[in-house]
Amino acid sequence: MAFSIYKYASPMTFYGLAGKLIPWFAWGAAILTVLGLYIAFFMAPTDFQQGEAYRIIFIHVPAAWMSMFIYIIMAFWSAVGLAWNTRLSFMMSRALAPTGAVFAFLSLWTGALWGKPMWGAWWVWDARLTSSLILFFLYVGIMALWSAIDDRRRSDRAGALLILVGAINVPIIYFSVKWWNTLHQGASVSLMKSPSMASIMLIGMLVLAIAAWFYAIATALTRVRGIILERERQTEWVKELLEKI
Amino acid sequence: MLHFLLTVIRRDLLLAARRKGDWLTSQFFFVMVVSMFPLGIGPEPEMLRRVAPGVMWVAALLASLLSLSRLFAEDYRDGSLEQMLLSPEPPVLLALGKALAHWLIYGIPLLLIAPVLGLQFGLPADVIGVLMLSLLIGTPVLSLLGGVGAALTLGLRGGGVLLTLLILPLYVPALIFGAGAVDSALSGLGPEANLSLLAAFEVLTLMVAPWVAAAALKISIE
Repeated sequence: MAFSIYKYASPMTFYGLAGKLIPWFAWGAAILTVLGLYIAFFMAPTDFQQGEAYRIIFIHVPAAWMSMFIYIIMAFWSAVGLAWNTRLSFMMSRALAPTGAVFAFLSLWTGALWGKPMWGAWWVWDARLTSSLILFFLYVGIMALWSAIDDRRRSDRAGALLILVGAINVPIIYFSVKWWNTLHQGASVSLMKSPSMASIMLIGMLVLAIAAWFYAIATALTRVRGIILERERQTEWVKELLEKI
Repeated sequence: MLHFLLTVIRRDLLLAARRKGDWLTSQFFFVMVVSMFPLGIGPEPEMLRRVAPGVMWVAALLASLLSLSRLFAEDYRDGSLEQMLLSPEPPVLLALGKALAHWLIYGIPLLLIAPVLGLQFGLPADVIGVLMLSLLIGTPVLSLLGGVGAALTLGLRGGGVLLTLLILPLYVPALIFGAGAVDSALSGLGPEANLSLLAAFEVLTLMVAPWVAAAALKISIE
């Protein structure tokens, strides 16, 4: 088993593996999205407190989860890359960042759309909203740093270091924002706390969360294939590959 | 080791003393940004007192970022940074010394100007004391975390703006606890909880940031 993992640490073999995996994850994401949305819109009952507008959480919650998970995975790849100096790890974290930023943005946007009918305001300085906003800023900062450094090695490692510093800081930011929020606001705004979520709602949300996972994997693998081709363009195998096309 | 640290600090202080324009700019920036707020939001004393803690702290963040982009830049340009990294002394101490020197040059004057600005915003005397205390505990965090950013963006085009983009989100806890301490002193809740959290954040930063900054310097110099 171990030998096969090391085998796919080489960009050349991983390029082929990613190419084989992408259709599975892409189709999986498409099918699960359709299924999840069907459950969300046709099978899940209307919430007696929030009406139809609550259905936006079927998109919102998976997007918010993914924006956090992807950051953790990026931090993992950055640590691996810095510790063992593996080329592919930096490429992976680079390929994941835009997807993470998109999910962070999506969670903010759907949060605003949900907040308008529920709270009567597009934006509330709620602890979760604020910390998602800061997470989005972190993604933007990381991508800005990558694009500002021309030297590839330096850009990879500097970005990885920033991701790790962010990873240490994210829990502190989250708690500080939470305490700040309780200090400044009374209980006028309470987050949705449904006493018992209907199980069909939970199933719909989980299906869409898995769909979001598959989508993130498919896009990251597609992007990493592009990065591999760009970075390995001077090697023989890429030249052969390009001649075939 | 301590000798090396002190040498780094003394060298930066000496350089700052010879080039007064550099660090006075940053202090005047702080004063001007704070003074713009009453012009923008109106002179009602009650409102000014409400916003004073946040305004001062945000201005302090911006002023520190303005000066941080130059933290390693001069030494990088004339090659002395590379020599210092090549020396047998640990680079952690270099990063720590640089950040401490930055705090002495930029943080301490900020602390001394703050009471005057506090009076402009109509803060009572005891709250001004808390403001100074929060800046005393909080500004080292700004210098230390900013040192990481300065090392990462060393020698890049548009480094200053980039530094702001990278480091401002990381400053959030310092801003919340710092401004929160002044705010709770103002409302009579007592600033101890926020000040303790700010101090805890400072200790954590002091333990982690110099190492990260040293690693970033090595990456940038390579």
